[in-house]
Amino acid sequence: MQATRMARIDSRYVPLLGTIAVFALTAGYGSVAYTGFFSAQVFLNLLIDNAFLCIIGVGMTFVILSGGIDLSVGSVIALTTMVSAALVEHHHWSAWQAIPLVLAIGTAFGALMGWLIQRFRLQPFIVTLAGMFLARGLCYLISIDSISITDATYTAISQARLPLWSGASITVGALIALAMIAVGIWLAHTTEFGRTVYAIGGSEPSALLMGLPVARTTVLVYTFSGFCSALAGVVFTFYMLSGYGLHAVGLELDAIAAVVIGGTLLSGGVGYVFGTLFGVLILGIIQTLIAFDGSLSSWWTRIVIGALLFVFCLLQRAFESRR
Amino acid sequence: MTMQALMRHRLLWPFATLVLLLAVNAVFNPGFWQLQWRDGHLYGSVIDILNRAAPLALVALGMTLVIATRGIDISVGAVVAIAAAVAALMIGGELVVKGGVQTHVSRFPMSVAILAALLVAAGCGLWNGLLVAKVGMQPIIATLILMVAGRGIAQLLTGGQIITVYYAPFFFLGNGFLLGLPFAVFIAAAVWVVLHLLMTRTALGLFIQAIGINPAAARLAGLHERLITICVYTFCGLAAGVAGLVISSNVKSADGNNAGMLMELDAILAVTLGGTALTGGRFSLAGSVLGALIIQTLTSTIYSIGVPPEINMVVKAAVVFVVMLMQSAEFRAAVRGWVVRPAAGGAR
Repeated sequence: MQATRMARIDSRYVPLLGTIAVFALTAGYGSVAYTGFFSAQVFLNLLIDNAFLCIIGVGMTFVILSGGIDLSVGSVIALTTMVSAALVEHHHWSAWQAIPLVLAIGTAFGALMGWLIQRFRLQPFIVTLAGMFLARGLCYLISIDSISITDATYTAISQARLPLWSGASITVGALIALAMIAVGIWLAHTTEFGRTVYAIGGSEPSALLMGLPVARTTVLVYTFSGFCSALAGVVFTFYMLSGYGLHAVGLELDAIAAVVIGGTLLSGGVGYVFGTLFGVLILGIIQTLIAFDGSLSSWWTRIVIGALLFVFCLLQRAFESRR
Repeated sequence: MTMQALMRHRLLWPFATLVLLLAVNAVFNPGFWQLQWRDGHLYGSVIDILNRAAPLALVALGMTLVIATRGIDISVGAVVAIAAAVAALMIGGELVVKGGVQTHVSRFPMSVAILAALLVAAGCGLWNGLLVAKVGMQPIIATLILMVAGRGIAQLLTGGQIITVYYAPFFFLGNGFLLGLPFAVFIAAAVWVVLHLLMTRTALGLFIQAIGINPAAARLAGLHERLITICVYTFCGLAAGVAGLVISSNVKSADGNNAGMLMELDAILAVTLGGTALTGGRFSLAGSVLGALIIQTLTSTIYSIGVPPEINMVVKAAVVFVVMLMQSAEFRAAVRGWVVRPAAGGAR
């Protein structure tokens, strides 16, 4: 009895452990193969350069856990950068007025899509696809060209660094990303909302029969993803210091890839926010490896990510069929 | 007769949308319907729309069958880029003067190059089909793998550059005319007719619908469900490959970075506009062709009424929202509720 229960818990954690092992192996290989790779700053840069991916990954994890998908995240990031830049540069708002507004816009955008999905039983894929078109189109309505940000607050936050040990430092964006991971873990494992998300992903009819607030939670999942996208957009604005309609093109696919590599099952109901962090770090370390190598072109990143996705999906299938 | 009435009913909305768009065009652009006969072929806005819609229609036809089996293929854009890259690389081409006569020389014979590109594209589709039917992955994820990696492969093939083709015979596919009409239109029409015959004259159409409605029941009924699914994905890859050839021939080059970018979304949109539900089952090939024409007409309408082309995406988003709401039974019921509510309240 004890043994079977142990085995069951183990098999739930296996994808997560696999992800962490892949990250450790890649990091180990990089440290051995390239001089200068094994330094605190290189690893902190993984987080700094992928902070926005990390944040949308948290939102995407909840969406995928609930059995849905959100294709609009990349374009909401672009819209956020664009609105921030236009408000700050053209209308001379202060950053502290602009940031709450863009967060509200992203959250409302997510809530609207969630409501459409839940109320009219529409497919998340198509609704968020339309949302993606809409958000990108709205960017171009504001401006076709890139707007660079020279606002003092934005540049100050963008350059602010928290010094850590031995000269290594971390940016505000990376700190926000870590905070969001913590919030995600807290939401998923200690709140009613988190438990309901897992239940919906496991089986929506069962969740309904259990009397769980399925409708409210479904809308909230997309609302949360919209908020995460807007927050990632704010971080992206700090990172790029510009607003542009072509920012973060295709980032939704990177986010989905990070979630899948992080061990979350696409059929919903199984997965961990913590795994998504490592999914993001794996995507980041592949790029870093390719940059360190120098002889490989950037498109190898995409091919390697595709191959990793393939391997992880194959493993997921193996676990699903065993269960 | 009843069948015909049904057909007419299902295609009514996409057809009405297209007619409306064409009418808007005609109002804003008086010369819209004018056709000119120049150099032995027809010229005009309508011909232009037909020519430009052909690659999208090809991709949408493949996508229709995939969606009918309850699947989705988001890798078609990458496959378009791969097929274009293979063809452009193998043809290459240069203008050589031989004995005072200018002749075009290609690296490989053009037929070999085209065959190779189509084989590679079909291979991509086969890979997707195997992942979906044999491994049992969700279609969106199975094809996401190729969407991510395929773009990288296309960039790898082209070295991240735009490969220009210097071989005039190849340009016929995307720029040539036959009987006064663009050749690309004939390609799309031929694929449509062949598919239509296959779906209506053989049981294949019924099989595909059966798989889409209930895969387990279809398998229990003795259908080779997996084989058919694999074939459908392979065909979708092949159709994307043909579209890739037409596109690269039209622009006389192959761009691994941008060719076919976001085409998967346009194709899915075309299929949805044509009345095929994403939940699988009943599908309409003619509807998807109409959908492709609607998207292309929409684009040229936006250009012709003089609004900035950037609004295109907002309009597209609005169209998708309207169409999917109209397809939703819950929405129709809600609307009925809003309209009928006073009466119902009175009855209560």
